[in-house]
Order: sequence, then structure tokens, then C-alpha cells
Amino acid sequence: MSTDALMIALLQIVVMIFLTPLLIGVMRQVRNRFEGRVGAGVLQPWRDLRKLFAKEPLRAPGTSWIQSAGPILLMVSSLLVCGLVPLISTIQSKLVPGDLFVVVSVLLLGTVALALVGLDAGTAFGGMGSSRHMTIAALVEPTVLVAIYALSIPIGSSALGDIVRARIADPSSIISLVSLLALVALGIATIAETSRMPVDNPSTHLELTMVHEAMVLESSGRDLAWLELGSWLRLGALLGLIGSLLFPWGMATRPTVLGILLGLIMLAVKLLVLGSLLSATEVFLAKLRLFRVPELLAGSFVIALLAVIASYVLEVR
Amino acid sequence: MRVADSLFSQLIGLCAGVLLLTGVLLVWRRTKSGSIRLLALQGIALAILVAMIGIHKANIETLAVALLVLMLKGVFLPMLLTRNALRSGIDRDVPFINPTASLLLVALLAILAYVVSRPLASLGSGPAIQVIPVGMALVLIGFLLLATGRHAIAQLVGFLVLDNGIATVAFLTAGGVPLVVELGVLIDVLLVVLILRVLTGRIQTEYGATDLDDLTELRG
Repeated sequence: MSTDALMIALLQIVVMIFLTPLLIGVMRQVRNRFEGRVGAGVLQPWRDLRKLFAKEPLRAPGTSWIQSAGPILLMVSSLLVCGLVPLISTIQSKLVPGDLFVVVSVLLLGTVALALVGLDAGTAFGGMGSSRHMTIAALVEPTVLVAIYALSIPIGSSALGDIVRARIADPSSIISLVSLLALVALGIATIAETSRMPVDNPSTHLELTMVHEAMVLESSGRDLAWLELGSWLRLGALLGLIGSLLFPWGMATRPTVLGILLGLIMLAVKLLVLGSLLSATEVFLAKLRLFRVPELLAGSFVIALLAVIASYVLEVR
Repeated sequence: MRVADSLFSQLIGLCAGVLLLTGVLLVWRRTKSGSIRLLALQGIALAILVAMIGIHKANIETLAVALLVLMLKGVFLPMLLTRNALRSGIDRDVPFINPTASLLLVALLAILAYVVSRPLASLGSGPAIQVIPVGMALVLIGFLLLATGRHAIAQLVGFLVLDNGIATVAFLTAGGVPLVVELGVLIDVLLVVLILRVLTGRIQTEYGATDLDDLTELRG
């Protein structure tokens, strides 16, 4: 059982490494097509990564070891999240269960690593980006915790695998009040956490309000490749989690080859559909003013809190 | 029958979720056009909720009420408000409390609603009784919108949310009221909105804005 779980976690990590650049490529392509441009093709993120990995990283004088260790730490935390979150199957290791609190703290580790990289070079842009990133993270993490906590109350376990398994067993719980509120809150939190459109514009380098791009401005070559891949993996893992919660069918509950293959195909389909939807809605959105971002996040927190209250009330029978 | 029951309870929960969600979004989004659209969505969700109850009880009268609610709250009232809102220039309402604080207030109000409706929930069991707190929360959110809105339209929206909340509680507890009573209530709301609309129009032509803060002194 334990080796099965370990194998599946490794498989998830490997699959996500291959899948997320494709996901980003599809998202960019969808956006380009909507805006009437041809686009660079869905494989462009792969080419970018190959180019960056081949380049030697240039580090500014005065930067410390954080400049080279931070990207690795972000990458490691993203890979861990990919392994912990139930993406292909709900089977999880007894030793390190994909517990809600574990996943959120590993995510936070990556967030802190990214913020430190932004601060390290001591430039104004990087510091600004880091401070904004931490502000947003401080508002987002409670929302993620509370939203998934609401889902875990009826099941009585905070392990993500158990939550997803309970949803496969009882599909009608997916359209319940609690689930609706929690998923909306989780969706907003994911968008903020991965620096997507209403919170941050992922495709700009020249804006005073940018968050993610400001932090990676001082990195280059291999470092930048790690940072980009790490951030993409976070987006992939969080979208995959939403996909698993929203549409749990097809995920393997038993370690059979056929089941895992089906789970793999379903994961790819779910990720690409969710990514295309996200990117298609982004076309119609304008970036929110930075001072209005806390409003959005407070809103998502309130929705998550309502989900928790609702799940307690519906539980008392 | 069991499958139908579970589906019924899930759909009731879903409608209640949409009602609550639109309530929260109404507090967050204070543009006139945005809140009117959300209000229409809320009306539609309420109508679907009523229709669910009607189907569950196999009651034709309740279904007719659902149709009425859909026509009035989902289509007609938002249309009226839109025409009114387009005339007055500024789209944004600047409420007395900033959105973040009012969102947190909504959370407190929701907890209050759940505490207050505990005794009601113990009266009976069943999915409809379980979601009564949502109706209560809507009533309180309506009060909040009424109390903190600055423009006439924003206050009108608050009034309609309050009315939606009362209607939700009524349908969930009583499982629908007689058609005559519901007709009376709906026409009442319609009249109130029409009168307020005329009043807003007058305020608009008289003062050039619908900011009710400006109306502080009496003139002969």
C-alpha cells in the first residue's frame, strides 16, 4: 500500500512536470486567439524552458546564496505539492498524508522562497513585488485553509484524498451549498495565489502594479527557469485540486494500471479544460487596482467562512 | 423516491447557495449596473427555489407563484431599475463603510442569522428547513445594504434584497403561501419600486444627483 502510494506520488510529479508547460502553452494560446493574434503555439513554454536551462545564470553583485537556493526551494515545494495533492488517484501514503495543513504549509514555503528571491538583489522593483506577494499570500492562505476545511467537516478528515474519495462515493455532495461556496472561494484564492489576471497580470514586464514578474526580474538563466517552472507547477497543482474536487470521476481509487491510466487522461483533460476556461475569462477582465485586491480576497474569505458555517449547520440534524 | 429526495435537497442547497453568493457579491460590488444584474440573478435563483418546492409538493399553485416571481424579480424589476440607473450619470456608489469592512460585517451577520434561526430549524426536519438561515442572512444583508448605501438606487437594491430574504424564509418555512397572498405581496413590491423610481427620477431632475446625503434641509 505504502509503495503504491509512493509510486503514484512520483508518477504525479513526473506527469505534472510534463503537463504544466503544455497547460501554460494552451492558456496563452487561448488568450492569443481570443485577442485575434496567432500565438506562439502550445509548445512555446517548453522551448522557453529549454533555452533558459541552457543559459548560465547571471547574478548581480551583492546577491547572496538565496539567489541560487530560492528557485530550487520553490521548485522543490511545488514538486512536493504536486505529489501530495490527489491528482491521478486518491491513494495516499500513510506516512505523509496529503493533509490540508501540510499542503498549505508547503505552498507557503514556496511563497516565502519566491519573496526572498525578490528581496535578495535589493532592487526597488523586487522589493515591491515581494511585499505585495506577501500581502496577498497573508490574505489567501487563510481562505484556502478555511475553504477546504469546510469540505472536510462532513467527512471528518482533513486528508485531501479522503475528501475526494467521499465525493466519488456521494456525487450529489458536489452541488451542495457548502461545496458551491467553498469552490468559489478556492477558485478566487487560486487565482490570487498563482498571480493570475484580476490580481496580477502574468504577461507584463512594464507595469508598476505587477507582482510576480517584479520578483523574478533579477533572475536569469537556470534560476529563472526554476522559478518559472515552479510557479507553473503551483498553478497546475491548484487547478488540478479544483478539478479533483469539482469532477472527481475517473480518478483511481485502487492501484490498478488501467485505473491509473484513466486517471492520467482525466487529469490532462481536466487541467486543459480548466486552464482554457480560466484563460478565456481572463480576456474579459481588467486588472484590479492593487488597493482593491484585499476587497476581493476579503470577499473570498467571507464566502469560505460562510461555507464553514453552512457545513456546521447542515451537519446538525 | 430516495434519489429524488436527495436530489431535491441538493438543488435546494444549490439555490440557497446562489442566493447567499449573490448577496455577498452585492455587498462587494457597488456599481449600479453590476448590482442590478446580480439582483436579477438572485430573483431567478429565488424563482427556481420556489419552483423546486412546488415540484416537490406537486402543487400547481406554487409553480404559478414561481413563474410570477421569475417574471417580476428576475426580469421586470431589474429592467425598471436599469432604465432608471442609466439616466443618472455616475455608476459607482460610495457606501458609508468600505467594502472590506462591510464584507466582514456580512460574515458576522451570517453567523447571527444562523444563531437566530436555530430554534426554527428545530421545528422540523428536511432540506427546506435546513437552509432557512440563508433567508435570514439575506434579510440582514438587505438591511446592511439599505443602511450603508448612499444613492437612491443602492438603497432600492437593498430593499429588494430584504424582500427576497423575507420571501425566501416564507417559502422555506410555510412551503409556499396562497397565490392570492403572494400576488398581493408581489404587487406591493412592484408598487413600492415604481413609486421609489418616480421619486428617484424627481430627485435626479431637481438636484442632478441621487445622493440622499444632500437632502438634509427642508424647504418651503
